[in-house]
Amino acid sequence: MAESEKKAPALHVAGLKKTYQKKGSPVTEALKGVDLTIESGEFFALLGPNGAGKTSLIGILAGLVAKSAGTVEVNGISIDTDPDTAKSFIGLVPQEFNFSIFEKVEDIVMDQAGYYGISRAEARPVCDQLLKDLGLWEKRQAKAQSLSGGMKRRLLIARALIHKPSILLLDEPTAGVDVELRRGMWEFLQKLSGSGVTIILTTHYLEEAEQLAKRVAIITKGQIIEQGTVKELLSKLNYVTLILDTKEPVKDAALHLLEDMGVKRIDEMTLEFNLSPGQTVNDAIRRFASTGIDIMNVRNAGSRLEEIFMNVIEKHK
Amino acid sequence: MHSPALIGYYTMVRKDVFRIFRIWTQTLLPPVITNVLYFTIFGTFIGSQLQEINGHSYMQFIVPGLVMMTIITSAYMNTVSTFYFAKFIKNIEELLVSPMPSWVIVAGFVTGGVVRSFLVGTLVILTSLFFTHIVVANVLIIFAAAFLTSFLFSLAGLVNGFFANSFDAISIIPTFVLTPLTYLGGVFYSIEALPPFFKTLSLLNPILYMVNAFRYGFLGFSDVPIDVCFYVLGGLTVLFFGITLALFIKGTGFKN
Repeated sequence: MAESEKKAPALHVAGLKKTYQKKGSPVTEALKGVDLTIESGEFFALLGPNGAGKTSLIGILAGLVAKSAGTVEVNGISIDTDPDTAKSFIGLVPQEFNFSIFEKVEDIVMDQAGYYGISRAEARPVCDQLLKDLGLWEKRQAKAQSLSGGMKRRLLIARALIHKPSILLLDEPTAGVDVELRRGMWEFLQKLSGSGVTIILTTHYLEEAEQLAKRVAIITKGQIIEQGTVKELLSKLNYVTLILDTKEPVKDAALHLLEDMGVKRIDEMTLEFNLSPGQTVNDAIRRFASTGIDIMNVRNAGSRLEEIFMNVIEKHK
Repeated sequence: MHSPALIGYYTMVRKDVFRIFRIWTQTLLPPVITNVLYFTIFGTFIGSQLQEINGHSYMQFIVPGLVMMTIITSAYMNTVSTFYFAKFIKNIEELLVSPMPSWVIVAGFVTGGVVRSFLVGTLVILTSLFFTHIVVANVLIIFAAAFLTSFLFSLAGLVNGFFANSFDAISIIPTFVLTPLTYLGGVFYSIEALPPFFKTLSLLNPILYMVNAFRYGFLGFSDVPIDVCFYVLGGLTVLFFGITLALFIKGTGFKN
């Protein structure tokens, strides 16, 4: 394919800034020059602590927040020169429930289709399919106020997909959703990603980003401080924290012999230690066995991405 | 095949009209009850003791003014409350993320206000038939005055909705500006009866021109020339449309 024919990235953000000022308060810089390129069809996760600038960034991309400086292109279309076309590519699942709870479920989805210029006849089969796929079919005639929290989240997704967007922005879509439902939502998003939709996800659940996303960016204090594929980021982690369950209570003397490995006791039959690069689990288990400690079970202390996240955020505090 | 903008506009209007009918006890009924009281007290009890004005009974004189007052209030309240509520519960974002052009969104809100004020105006006219005989001098002028006034006050309500940051803020303008201006805009009297100073002062009140244009359509006379009434109405409508659109595009009051 010739260079000129190369498909534009789904999203290209350069030097994006956003400042807020409330009366009598100093200026707050929510975004301090963000540069980001997301290719078409990618599943991308944006991670960051509260107040990092994630929602401001999503708001600008969706047309809800006016940027202060910088450029944003959606599928090669600038949001400054042709905002309406740029918006037509995007579906937004916001963090908060922003539909009228007094309206019926299917009316919320069908009306959104109308706002995107899709006739009711054209929207009807898409709406029905989405409500079925997202487990809302039985509730289609119910008022939104009667839905559970999880159902309301799924309604936001159905509404965002009614115009078949090529880019889906999800701002913490699984916040407050139970584990079973979250897994179901993951499956749905993976299927959607498989169909070629570019997905941009902000989340607090790092396990979620690790499971779903191919590429990740970490944002804090309005700046992207780390980005790459999940594999690239994980390779930067110079240790893995493991939890070991022992067969019998561990004696202090045995633990003393393992001092150089930095082993910590969690309780009398549970130990924690960091596996360094180059060190294998086999090596470690052999050392434990040599001191008379029999290992019953080995597991990761937590999400590896979470460890990277914590390291990076700590560095930029 | 309709254009996407037209489908978006239709969706907005359809949704608002359904809402107006769904909560008719809040949107359609109260103005009818208020006007029954006006007709009874001012028209029947007090009006029966007053002289005719230009050959029409006092009741016939005040009906167009009262209908216009209702049109103004209904148009204004529809857009200010609809927009502010959408801003408050954040479902305004459903419109803001969509590719609908700004002028279509503004037109959608304004049409809701125009439809509600026409519905309420019609109900009040029908109610007035229980109290007096209505004469019609020029239907076209009645429609033109009602349309432009409801359009103008729907725009004004929308601007109020942009700036409002509490439920109290949506009733300040109607209570402290619209009601006094309407009462002083010749609804209950002809400005010909006023001393020269107050007559001149009344000419600065834009609502005077709306009330008189509407009354001209029914009774065939006006305190001010009918062409001047329409220049004022038309000019203000164009001016407010420009202001409303500019504020909407900028996102004043609702886009960070």
